[in-house]
Amino acid sequence: MPDAEVIRIGTGGRPGRGTGNARPSASTRRLAATPSAKSPGRSPEDSPGKSPGTSAEKSRAEPTGRPARQPTPGPTWPGTDEPRARVNEPTPPGGIPPGELLAALTTAARELLGDEWERRLAHFLAFLRRRLTGDFTVDDYGFDPELTEKLLLTTLRPIAQKWFRIEVRGTENIPADGGALVVSNHSGTIPLDGLMTGLMIHDHTGRHLRPLGADLVFRLPVIGELARKGGATLACNEDAERMLRGGELVGVWPEGFKGIGKPYSERYKLQRFGRGGFVAAAIRTGVSIVPTAVVGAEEIYPLVGNVPSLARLLGIPYVPITPLFPLLGPLGLVPLPSKWLIEFGEPIRTDDYDAGAADDPMLVFNVTDQVRETIQQTLYSLLEQRSAVFS
Amino acid sequence: MGRVVLVTGVAADLGRRFARCLADGDAVDRVVGVDGTPPRGDVGGMQFVRADIRNPVIAKVIVREQVDTVVHLSVAASSPTGARQSMKEPNVIGTMQLLAACQQAAGVRHLVVKSSAAVYGASNRDPAMFTEDMNARRLPRSGFPKDVTEVESYVRGFARRRPDVRVTTLRTADVIGPQVSSGITAYFRLPVIPTVLGFDPRLQFLHESDAYAVLRHATLQDVPGTFNVAGGDIILLSQAVRRLGRPALALPSFALSPVGSVFGQARRADLSPEQVAYLTYGRGMDTSRMRTVLGFRPRWSTPAAFADFAAAVGPGVLAPHRVHAAERSIAGALGVEPAGDAPVRDVPVGDARVEEGQHA
Repeated sequence: MPDAEVIRIGTGGRPGRGTGNARPSASTRRLAATPSAKSPGRSPEDSPGKSPGTSAEKSRAEPTGRPARQPTPGPTWPGTDEPRARVNEPTPPGGIPPGELLAALTTAARELLGDEWERRLAHFLAFLRRRLTGDFTVDDYGFDPELTEKLLLTTLRPIAQKWFRIEVRGTENIPADGGALVVSNHSGTIPLDGLMTGLMIHDHTGRHLRPLGADLVFRLPVIGELARKGGATLACNEDAERMLRGGELVGVWPEGFKGIGKPYSERYKLQRFGRGGFVAAAIRTGVSIVPTAVVGAEEIYPLVGNVPSLARLLGIPYVPITPLFPLLGPLGLVPLPSKWLIEFGEPIRTDDYDAGAADDPMLVFNVTDQVRETIQQTLYSLLEQRSAVFS
Repeated sequence: MGRVVLVTGVAADLGRRFARCLADGDAVDRVVGVDGTPPRGDVGGMQFVRADIRNPVIAKVIVREQVDTVVHLSVAASSPTGARQSMKEPNVIGTMQLLAACQQAAGVRHLVVKSSAAVYGASNRDPAMFTEDMNARRLPRSGFPKDVTEVESYVRGFARRRPDVRVTTLRTADVIGPQVSSGITAYFRLPVIPTVLGFDPRLQFLHESDAYAVLRHATLQDVPGTFNVAGGDIILLSQAVRRLGRPALALPSFALSPVGSVFGQARRADLSPEQVAYLTYGRGMDTSRMRTVLGFRPRWSTPAAFADFAAAVGPGVLAPHRVHAAERSIAGALGVEPAGDAPVRDVPVGDARVEEGQHA
């Protein structure tokens, strides 16, 4: 059987990376075991025994950048002066031979994914197939748990751990089930703090935070789509109450654009907390409010300037100018690696109030102030605990 | 019981089939179908009167036939021939005339109007789910949504002037099914489906059999009020397109209408500016009032209704079974056992819902 000889010729029966004495690579071993396999991928230069006489032939073969697939039969051994005749075998049409491609993929998969690679790859293929066939479900708000867990949160996790080195406190204050309203300060020019809070809650409690976003978010292409798929919905009383009644963990940033787009000089000073709509929603549904303080997000894009006229033209709340943006162009979009601390405070219960309390503006203002003061005090104490901004 | 039901808009498929079903049953004595053009198809036991509801002659028909129930189905986004421009007249003026005739006819006791979910419009300021007491966040300025808004305001005016008449308004989601021919089904029948770049709207559908059922239910049950009617759950446009197995062409929203006018004229797909807004922002309706107050439960969920439609349309080039085959061949080539879905799937999937919907 000529194929069996082929393997002997190519590697001398000792599969390796071309020297013939190195330990054979995993893919080579795999190939050697298969009768129909091709010779291992190695470039002609690797051959120690190439003779000057073959250089012309070799140079013709070199532009293909890879070995030919079918060696000619003959007693060639690595380490001998035998010309490597198989090098100038005409390249089969159709690009990279599928066999080699497969071998490379298999090796890459093992390198990347470890020993469990077969199972993981199969699951990845199944994931791809489900996405391609639309075989996934979303809830009434357009939340896609599979995409969120496998793509969005997976992308954010290294940023949270390696770039911002987020420390989380008080996760025991997040109810394990049932509706609750996470109320947080807002900062950082773009709402990364919301994404990170959601990721931290998911990683510590397994629950998905359902953020309430401004209508601007849902007008923007791609961002609006990803926001809905990531679990967000419009910040309006109807949606907030519907979600809270449905037992979801809802996140709200009552400062809105006033908080996220405030100048760097006003960092960690809470802005006005909207009109207290979130408190009314919590009272109506009887869920507790979890005051949350995020330290670190203020420094990621220090907002030192604004172009109000351009912002008006574009219909957005502000056009940020940071020390690096737009000075460095796209590079200025990389957030500064500040150290983040997130603390979830003790829940403020609202189920003691009677049904009409939500329509009592004074009470709503008082609870709003209480939440705001709690977050402000937590911010100050976290700032004291943080030794340096970027440490 | 001695009821005589007048059904408008019987030239369209929905009206004709509903009128025929009602006439062939025992629930009512007589069914009188009215339209400007004769229906093309089996009308069964329905008595057809060729009359334009924009014409005062409709009042004479109501009196002569001793009608006690009027089912107004002729409010439509497009005429049976697909022309949109000519629809404002029959929709709005027709409703005005019909309601004026009903107001004069002392015998009329029930009015059922098929409105549309389009009355809520579609914008980025919409709540996730509209309940019946919410209004469109941006008042529609043109097109079918504006027609529907005006029709509903006339119906409300009629209800005020004739408090003795039971008025039921059904805001139905897009009706879909193997036999439905409408703007939205023509859209999904396009070989390449244009979508709005960067948006994935939430859609709701009502299966055609549920549409007949809910109209029948509203005609026979004495439940006044306005109700959202849609199959349970929602489906994303991307899901719908992929379940059809057709390629999607993502275009900026301003390019969709021009493309739509090219395609749309040829294939009758509705890509009017209002429809593009719907295909951008989507819409969801809360149907709990339909279930609790009206007492109607659709047999088909939105995904199941769409699956039924997709089965009739036939698989496209990216049909799910081809993707399955591709997965198997890739996995086989790599020597990997394809993953069963059980361990990784933690949410119910479309197939399960089809079953659920059909047997519920």
